[in-house]
Amino acid sequence: MNERSSVSIYTEWDVVAARQLGRDEAKAVGFGTVDQARITTAISELARNIYLYAGTGEIEIERLHDGKRTGLKIIASDDGPGIQDVRRVMEDGFTTSGGLGAGMPGVQRLVDEFKIETEIGKGTKITAVKWLR
Amino acid sequence: MMNARIPILKLYDTLIVSIQWELDDRTAIQFQEDLMAKLHETSATGVVIDLTSIDFIDSFIAKVLGDVIQMSRLMGAQVVITGIQPAVAITLIELGIRLEQVLTALDLENGLEKLHEELEG
Repeated sequence: MNERSSVSIYTEWDVVAARQLGRDEAKAVGFGTVDQARITTAISELARNIYLYAGTGEIEIERLHDGKRTGLKIIASDDGPGIQDVRRVMEDGFTTSGGLGAGMPGVQRLVDEFKIETEIGKGTKITAVKWLR
Repeated sequence: MMNARIPILKLYDTLIVSIQWELDDRTAIQFQEDLMAKLHETSATGVVIDLTSIDFIDSFIAKVLGDVIQMSRLMGAQVVITGIQPAVAITLIELGIRLEQVLTALDLENGLEKLHEELEG
């Protein structure tokens, strides 16, 4: 069984491809319609951020099993400029795109675990996990 | 590449749009332009946009919809959004998106009624 799949983000069409992959994986793992919508939306926002801010990057989706729980891990990574002030990015209402994205706090609310690793000039890696309830 | 346009139907003084598949960015922008052209051409005073088939809305699509509503107002038309699925409503609010001052109704029938109340009232 393929436990990990990915979509490279180069164009706006890849944003669509990434969220379709996410929706398919969420369905396959057994998430209900609301969680499917949360996962699809979170991936769409993360993929769009890559497209808007880094230009190119990758969305990876991995199935998780820790013995008791099943879930999906989403990794959004890019080699873009990095995030100057992570704390500010995590404030509701902060945007540099004039409101094109919902922002990171919104994405964080859609998932169970959320982590940003970023380095100026090197890139950004955002990891989000959603567990099946 | 996907390049289908969203059909816009005219029924008396109302335009009816049913979005049947997932919107990509370009289709969404094309829809904005097509709807404005159709409003201009038909002098319609109301628009119903039905989202029954849509299973998620991200911030980009929400922004396009919000813009479409504002643009339609500038063109003298009221917009009612119908058929928002429970999962879509929950996700939009969690994401932090407020579609304020937007007329909504559960389905197309109620949407048309609401539109007529709004336009006559």
